[in-house]
Amino acid sequence: METSFLSGLALWLRGEIYGVTGIPVLSDLALDVIGIALLLGIISMAAIVFTYAERKVCAFMQVRLGPNRVGGRFGLLQPVADMLKLMSKEDIMPEGADKVLWALSPALLFVPAALVYAFFPFDAGAVLADVNVGVFLLFAISGQAVLPFLMGGYASNNKYSMVGGFRVVSQMISYEAPLLFSLLGILMLTGSMRLEDIVEAQAGGLWFVFLQPLAFVIFLISAVAETNRTPFDLVEGESEIIAGPFTEYSGMRWALFFLAEYANLLTAAILATTFFLGGYLGPDFLPGFAWFFLKAVLMVFLIMWFRWTFPRTRVDQILSFGWKAMLPLSILNVFLTGVVMCALGLV
Amino acid sequence: MGEFGGLGIYLVVALFFPVMALVPAFMLQPKQPSPEKYIPYECGVDSVGSPYIRFRAGYFLYALLFILFDIETVFLYPWAVAFRMVGAFALMEMVVFVLILVLGLAYAWRKGDLSWN
Repeated sequence: METSFLSGLALWLRGEIYGVTGIPVLSDLALDVIGIALLLGIISMAAIVFTYAERKVCAFMQVRLGPNRVGGRFGLLQPVADMLKLMSKEDIMPEGADKVLWALSPALLFVPAALVYAFFPFDAGAVLADVNVGVFLLFAISGQAVLPFLMGGYASNNKYSMVGGFRVVSQMISYEAPLLFSLLGILMLTGSMRLEDIVEAQAGGLWFVFLQPLAFVIFLISAVAETNRTPFDLVEGESEIIAGPFTEYSGMRWALFFLAEYANLLTAAILATTFFLGGYLGPDFLPGFAWFFLKAVLMVFLIMWFRWTFPRTRVDQILSFGWKAMLPLSILNVFLTGVVMCALGLV
Repeated sequence: MGEFGGLGIYLVVALFFPVMALVPAFMLQPKQPSPEKYIPYECGVDSVGSPYIRFRAGYFLYALLFILFDIETVFLYPWAVAFRMVGAFALMEMVVFVLILVLGLAYAWRKGDLSWN
């Protein structure tokens, strides 16, 4: 296993806990719990920082000031005010709703959004579940996010929620295929599904964004569509279907939907970083995890930039673009990668 | 603990996390029920009819196509990992396999199932 600041810290911590308890299993367990707490902390921080950043970026793009009343000149305490407001809102369940499905939907949406963080190599050796089928398991888990959306839309006893639920499912499954296909080229080049191997294969500055530019574009567009963000945010096209499946949720339940949404936004950025931008690799003057988060935050900024640059597309445009352009192009990319690899004698 | 032990603990914690977020909110929030609050929200207009109506068959066709390609990815991921070991022969095999499935896509395209009429 490669060593880095984070994995060194984990090793030292394991030794300290072992010194106190004397039971190896217990120190492993404690380390896992610390790792999980860190991941949940990252997700919560992402939601807090991104709600603020989204409004500031939006304001910057539109030559406005953005939040500037709570917490000084830059409105730094705005996320705290938002959170207190959401916590003190009345929890309203619409009449005629399917109680169990309605209550489960926001909770189950959070689970896959949080679980995928277990596979990310934040630094060399700093990964919670270091499995050799990483990419496979990651997308198997993140694919589960489709169902809670449909559950919420179906259970709300609201026509707009219902239509929104249908739209989410059709959009997310339409872009799942190009998303998965765009990564095949990388797997062919690295010959491993372990995320850390994929990052290490990009050592020396030859990032996969240079070797697989078409795949990067397809991946980025599909990832934005998978996270239901503008220009693909039909799900919550407020002028047509109010807020889609979230319409009937209020207070903390609604906050859980948005926690999952911002977790997914960071996931999309982290996946682009890991697969195409060299992950935690970078010059030595910064530690690996700093490079990792720097690249991820830049990708988040890019995705936010999309939001204020492109107008919202229509449902027919989204679906036909996904099936008629993205999917054939991603298959072509796999084929081209194979041919070039054979021609260069890499196989 | 193994590779998957941490993931198992994480699954349990992630299932409980929403509950931990909802309990303090449940204690803080006001409860002032009134009949209007519980009407399905349709921009203030009274709701007419049930939302459980027949839905477009178009959604179902996309779902069918998705299953086709999702199963394809399940086969292609191990293929991509083993590609370097097997070589050009694997590429030919893949082209044949994908062609059969692309035929399905081409059929749906030709029939106009990919367009939203």
